[in-house]
Amino acid sequence: MTMTDDGVAPTRRLVLQGAVTVALVGLGNVAFSQVPALAAANDKYPEDAFNQKSEADAVKALYGRTHEPSDQVKLDAPEIAENGAVVPIAVTTTLAGVTSISFLVAENPNALAASYRIPPGTMPSVANRLKMAKTSNVIAIVEAGGKLYSATKEVKVTVGGCGG
Amino acid sequence: MASTIRVRATSKDDTTEVQALIQHPMDSGFVKDAKGQIIPPHFIQQVTFEHDGKNVFVADWGTAVSKDPYVKFSFKGGKKGDDLKISWVDNKGASDTTTAKIQ
Amino acid sequence: MRPAIQFLSAALGLAALTLGLGDRAVAAGGSDPAADAEAFQKYFTGKFPGLKLEDFVNGPYSMNEDMHRQWVEKEEFPPYDFSLDQGKEMFSTPFKNGKGYADCFPNKGIGIRQDYPYFDQKEGKVITLELALNRCREANGEAPLSYVKDDMAALTAYMAFTSRGKPFDIKIPDDPRAFEAYQDGKRYFYTRRGQLNFSCASCHVQNPGERIRAEILAPALGILNAMPIYRSEWGGMGTISRRFVTCNIQTRGVPLDPQSDEYRDLEYYLSYVSNGLPISGPGARP
Repeated sequence: MTMTDDGVAPTRRLVLQGAVTVALVGLGNVAFSQVPALAAANDKYPEDAFNQKSEADAVKALYGRTHEPSDQVKLDAPEIAENGAVVPIAVTTTLAGVTSISFLVAENPNALAASYRIPPGTMPSVANRLKMAKTSNVIAIVEAGGKLYSATKEVKVTVGGCGG
Repeated sequence: MASTIRVRATSKDDTTEVQALIQHPMDSGFVKDAKGQIIPPHFIQQVTFEHDGKNVFVADWGTAVSKDPYVKFSFKGGKKGDDLKISWVDNKGASDTTTAKIQ
Repeated sequence: MRPAIQFLSAALGLAALTLGLGDRAVAAGGSDPAADAEAFQKYFTGKFPGLKLEDFVNGPYSMNEDMHRQWVEKEEFPPYDFSLDQGKEMFSTPFKNGKGYADCFPNKGIGIRQDYPYFDQKEGKVITLELALNRCREANGEAPLSYVKDDMAALTAYMAFTSRGKPFDIKIPDDPRAFEAYQDGKRYFYTRRGQLNFSCASCHVQNPGERIRAEILAPALGILNAMPIYRSEWGGMGTISRRFVTCNIQTRGVPLDPQSDEYRDLEYYLSYVSNGLPISGPGARP
């Protein structure tokens, strides 16, 4: 059944969340709109979401809902990227019932950078290296219990000078 | 021919940590070459990590993932000696797969 | 000549030398390489008392906390891994004539990177590792490699890796030509050039840890120890000569041939004054 990281949520709520997830997965193929509401429900590569320009449109295409900031989502990103081509960014969360984690770079030509499916039993924690076109907000989205939570951090990116 | 996928999967207590580094240009399609021509997009779209017949992690990537992409995650279960299978497919339909042993 | 930039750091001998005085001061003072190296190292350890001597090989990463964390993350699974593997494979693959790189180098080429460059008394010039590798190839009927990246960088990555942790051990034999090569390298290092009128010292002696535009400058001490490097900026590997060439270009100077006399002598000088610091290559840089 749905598992969380080290026993934070009470079991009863856990089971309920699990039940909700299962029910929605079953409905995943009955389109509410053109796009599945739950990223985790569908194995298809979310091409449409990757093609969106803005953060808002990408999140809508990927998840079909909006996100709210949560201090339970910890985003780790540098103050000043050493180089916009390789920016190490990681997120971890204490939220329970996480099913998906995504990263957006608001000022990139296409805001959605990466999206990860977190099946039951996998920790809600991802580290990756992303490209940033310029100074921008980096947004980490965590889908947990069917809702979206986020953390945002501005990462400065500059065109390098003469190098180190 | 060496695999494009490097993996480090280590198991401690009940948790397995996985790090993967994949050799791939991850061309975004926004960069021009020396002649001023756009280098067409060429990037990994999906990476799957499979343990014991189940996907333990799936990565959907766009062009903003860095060249020679890296990812790290952890999952419960998995013990020393188990197989971990990693596969990727890119936008040109190319793919690679490797199976690593959890240490 | 009005110096383009003036930065005052601790009033130590080396800093004074670089304040627009160019070759005159270099030629005038410090004719003892051993004393040079000692003064050079003391300058940097004095400027950064919180760092251990071996920390200097990490370039900008030892200069700034935010950078350091990004570097630590990269080193968990470094981008030069592929090049390193390729280098190992190349190194162990025999040439068409059946011989191999091991036949051209002392100790079969393993764990020797810290001895390069060296002054060849028969030829009367400085030999770098890259030069020796191409000579080995040509002597065995193979085509030479580009000096700046790809295959050459893969080979030197592997050879550096087999020397990881070993201290630089550059020798200046008792030979006036070797001394002259060392002095030429030192002169090049402290001479201003190009449109921006920078010498190597302008950035790497006077301003380590400071920013040039938005990048953090590395200290000159230990600056070659991590070579060859995977630079995010290049999206790939590069050798010492690649960096010399691109630096000349970036300071709006004239880039020289990768294995030109000036560059080889410069490498000789820079490596010598970093004697005792551990080889850390291959490395990753911004």
